[in-house]
Amino acid sequence: MGRFLAHVAIKFALLMLASSLVVFALVSASPIDPVSANVGQAALATMSVEQRAELSEYWGSDTPFWERYASWIGALAHGDMGMSLRFNAPVEQVIAQRALNSLALMSLAWVASGVLGFTLGVVAGAHRDSMIDRFTKAYCFVLAASPTFWVALLMLIVFSVVLGWFPVGFSAPIGKAASEVTFLDALHHLALPAITLSLVGVANVALHTREKTIDVMAQPFVRLARARGQSNARVIVRHGLRNLALPAITLQFTQIAEIFGGSVLVEQVFSYPGLGQAAVVAGIGGDAALLAGIALVSAALVFGGNLIANILYGVIDPRLREVHHG
Amino acid sequence: MAEAVSVLLHAPRTRRLPNRRATLCAVIAAVVLLGSIVVVGQALAPAATQTDFAHKDIAPCLGHPFGTDQMGRDMLVRTIAGLSLSILVGLGAACASSVIALALGSAAALCGKRVDAAVLWLIDLMQGIPHIVLLVLISFALGKGFWGVSVGVALTHWPALTRVIRAEVLQCRTSGYVSVARSLGTSRARIALRHMLPAVLPQFIVGLILMFPHAILHEAAITFLGFGLSPEQPAIGIILSESMSYLSAGMWWLAVFPGLALIGVVMVFDVVGSGIRRLVDPNSSQE
Amino acid sequence: MGDQMGTDAHAQARAHASGESHHHHTHARGSVHRQGCHLLQVEHLSVSFRMYETRGEGLRDFLTAPQSTVFAVRDLSVAVHEGEIVAVVGASGAGKTLLADALLGLSEPNARVEGHIWFKGQRCTARDLVALRGHGISLVPQSVASLDPLMRVGEQVRGVAASRADARARAQRQRQLFARYGLDEATARRYPHELSGGMARRVLLCCALMDDPSLIVADEPTPGLDTDLAMRALADFRQFADQGGGVLLITHDIELALNVADRVAVFDGGTVVEETSVESFRCEERLRSETARRLWRALPQNGFKVGTDA
Repeated sequence: MGRFLAHVAIKFALLMLASSLVVFALVSASPIDPVSANVGQAALATMSVEQRAELSEYWGSDTPFWERYASWIGALAHGDMGMSLRFNAPVEQVIAQRALNSLALMSLAWVASGVLGFTLGVVAGAHRDSMIDRFTKAYCFVLAASPTFWVALLMLIVFSVVLGWFPVGFSAPIGKAASEVTFLDALHHLALPAITLSLVGVANVALHTREKTIDVMAQPFVRLARARGQSNARVIVRHGLRNLALPAITLQFTQIAEIFGGSVLVEQVFSYPGLGQAAVVAGIGGDAALLAGIALVSAALVFGGNLIANILYGVIDPRLREVHHG
Repeated sequence: MAEAVSVLLHAPRTRRLPNRRATLCAVIAAVVLLGSIVVVGQALAPAATQTDFAHKDIAPCLGHPFGTDQMGRDMLVRTIAGLSLSILVGLGAACASSVIALALGSAAALCGKRVDAAVLWLIDLMQGIPHIVLLVLISFALGKGFWGVSVGVALTHWPALTRVIRAEVLQCRTSGYVSVARSLGTSRARIALRHMLPAVLPQFIVGLILMFPHAILHEAAITFLGFGLSPEQPAIGIILSESMSYLSAGMWWLAVFPGLALIGVVMVFDVVGSGIRRLVDPNSSQE
Repeated sequence: MGDQMGTDAHAQARAHASGESHHHHTHARGSVHRQGCHLLQVEHLSVSFRMYETRGEGLRDFLTAPQSTVFAVRDLSVAVHEGEIVAVVGASGAGKTLLADALLGLSEPNARVEGHIWFKGQRCTARDLVALRGHGISLVPQSVASLDPLMRVGEQVRGVAASRADARARAQRQRQLFARYGLDEATARRYPHELSGGMARRVLLCCALMDDPSLIVADEPTPGLDTDLAMRALADFRQFADQGGGVLLITHDIELALNVADRVAVFDGGTVVEETSVESFRCEERLRSETARRLWRALPQNGFKVGTDA
C-alpha cells in the first residue's frame, strides 16, 4: 500500500509540475501587454520599484524563458505568486478572497449534481426504455447540447428578471458593507448560480451512470442473482450499487474539471466574484500573474481530485488491494 | 395434449425499430440543413451588421420573428450568420484536432511502449487543467481573436478521440489477420493502408463528427467570455454576450432565440454522428 | 399455475419401460413419474428474433436489407424426470443457452419465446417461470463471472434472507454445503478472483443448492476445467439427481454427457432431434437421427470419425 501511495503521489507531483510549465509558457507567450491593456496602468504607477522589477523578471521578454520560469516557480514554492495588476494586490491574496466564494458554489453544485445524477442514472439504467429512462435521456441530451452560459442566462431571465425570486448577480447585496452581509444574504446570492451549475452537471453524471448501470445489469452475476429469484430492486441494491460505487466515485472526481469550467461561465453570467470570473478579468486585462495563479489552482484542484479517486480505488477494490499487497 | 395455440412465454420489448434507410435519410437531411445554414449565413453576413435605428428593440413579431436588437439589427439574420460562423470555426478546429488525435493515437499504438506512455501522460496532463481555463490560456497566449479561439479549440479536443484510435489500432495490430499479413512479408505501409485504415476509419469519422458539437459549444463559450471572435463579427457568443446588458431591460429575445438555435445546431450534429455510428458500427447494426 | 395435465398421461404414468417411446422420448432405467407427471416438460418451444437479413457486401444491400423473423429455437420438446440427468448435447453456439434462458424467464429483451412448459405437472405462464426462479428451478451458469467480483463468496452463496431467523438458517446451510463440497470456512471470506476454477464451479453449485431446488438447469458447467475436475463437478450433479432432483445439463461435450447422464437430448438446428437413453449410444443402430449417429461416430472408442463420410 505504501509503495502504491508513493507511486501515485509522484505521478501527480510530476503532472502538477508539468502543468505549471504549460501555464507559465502560455501566459508568458502572450502578446497582450499589461501596460497597453490600460487596466494595468494605474496599478503600475502605484507600484514600488521592487514590484516593477519582479514584474519584468517574471514576464519581461529580455530574460531567457527558463530563467524566468525558475524564478517564478521558486517564488511560488515560498507562497509568492506575484502581484496582480488588475486588483493591485498579491495574487495569493486575491485568490484566497475569491476561493471561498468559488468553493462554496462548486462544492454545492458538485454534491448536488453527483447525488441527483447518480440516482437518476441508476433508476434510468435499471428501467431501460421506461418513461423515466426516456425523460432522463431527453433531459441529458438537451442539456449536453446547451451551452452552460446560455442555461445560466435563461435562469437569470426567468428567476431573477421575470419572477424576481433571486438577485440579478454578485455574492452580496450591493452597497452593503462586508460586515453586514448575513449568511442568508450570501445563500440567496449563491442559490441560483449553484442550481444552474448543478442542473448542467446532472446531465453528464446521469448519462454516464446510466450507461454504467446498463453495463452492470448485463453482467453474468446479475443474471445469476435474478435466476435465484431476486427482484430487480433487490439486485440493484445488492449487486448494482456495489459495482457502481467505484465508477461513480471516479466519475465524480473527474467531474471537478467540468464543474470548474462550468463555474467560470456561470460566475461570468451572474457577476459572481469567484475564481472563474477573476480568471476572465485577468485574461481580458492582461494580468498574467493572476491568470497563471488561478490556472494553477484549478489544475491543483483537478489533480487533487484525481489523486483522491486513485487512492480510494486502491483502498476499496478488493482486486486492486490484492495486487498492491502482493 | 398440447393445445394448438402456444403460450407466449416472453414477449419482445415493444420498441420502434430504427430503420437503416430512415437513419440514412435523417443523416442526409441533417447534413443538408447544416450546409444550408452555412451558405445562407455567409450570404447574410453583410445584412447581419446593418443597423436600422428606426426599428430597434422590437419584440418578436411576424416581420422580425426573433425581434431586433438595440441597434435595429434583425436577430434572425444575425443568428443565422452567427451560426454559420460558429459552424465553420467549429468544423475547422475539430478537423485539426482530429488530425492530432489520429497522429498521436496511431503513434501511441505503433511506436513502442515509451511513446505510448508519453502520449497517455500527455492526455493526463491535458485533462488536468479544466477545458475552459485551458482555452482561456491558449487564447490569451495567442492574443485573443479568431486564431486564438481556433487554435485553442483545435489543441484541446484531441484527448478523447486519441484514446479511441489508440485502442482501435492496438486491437487491430494484435489481431490475427495483421500478424498473418506480416508473416507473409507484407510491407508496413501496405499493412497500415490495407488493413488498419479500414478498421480505424469508421471510428475516426464518427469521433470527428461527434467532436463538432463540443467544438462549436466551446467556441461559443470562449467568445462569450470575450476571448474569441471580435465584437464586429456576428458570432453567437458575441450576440449572447451583448444580450447580457439588455436582459434587465426585459429584452429576453436577444438571448433566448440565438441560444435555442445554437442548441438546435448542436443536436443536429449529434443526429448525424450517432446516425452514422449506427450505420457503421457492427455492434449496433442489428438495431 | 395452469391446468392439470391430461388424465391419459396420468394413467400411463408408471407404465413405461426403458427404451419405450412416449412424449417424443424414450426412458432410461432411472426415469420415474413420481406424481404421475414429468418434473419438467417442454413442448413446442420456439425462440425467435427480428433481425436484418444479410444478403450481400455492398452498401445498397446493407441499406435495403429487409427485417425478418429468425428462429433460433424451433419446436423444441424435452422432458426431465425426477432423479435423472438429461443432457442436452449440441454444437457450441447452436442456441442451447436460449433454452436455459427460456426456462428461467431470462430471455434477451428482443426475444420472442412461445411454447408450453410444465413444471411438476402444472402448466407455467411467463409469470410462473419468474416465480419459480430460486423456488424450484435453480441455474448453474456457464461463466465464473456469474459471481459478483466485489462480494465475498459466502455472502453470495447465502443470498437474500427474508428474516433474521432465515439468515441464520441460510448461514448454517451454506456452511453445510461448503463442508460437503470440500470448501473451507476461509473460502467463504474470499472474493471470487481468489478462487481456482474448480472452487468457483463448486461455489456456483452451492448457490444453486442453497435454494433447495427440485430442478437444476446447468448451462455448460464444465468449460475451463480439466477432465478430472470436470468429472468431479459432474459427479456432484449425479449426487443431486440420486437424491431425487432433476438436472437439465446443457453441454457440447457428448463424452462427458454419456458419462454422467441418464438420457441424452440431441440438439441440432434449433431443436431436439432425438431424446433417448444413454444406453442407446452403445450401438449406432439404436440411434434414429443422423445427428445422433454423427455424434456416436465422433466418440473416441468409435474412431473419432468426424463428418458424414464414415
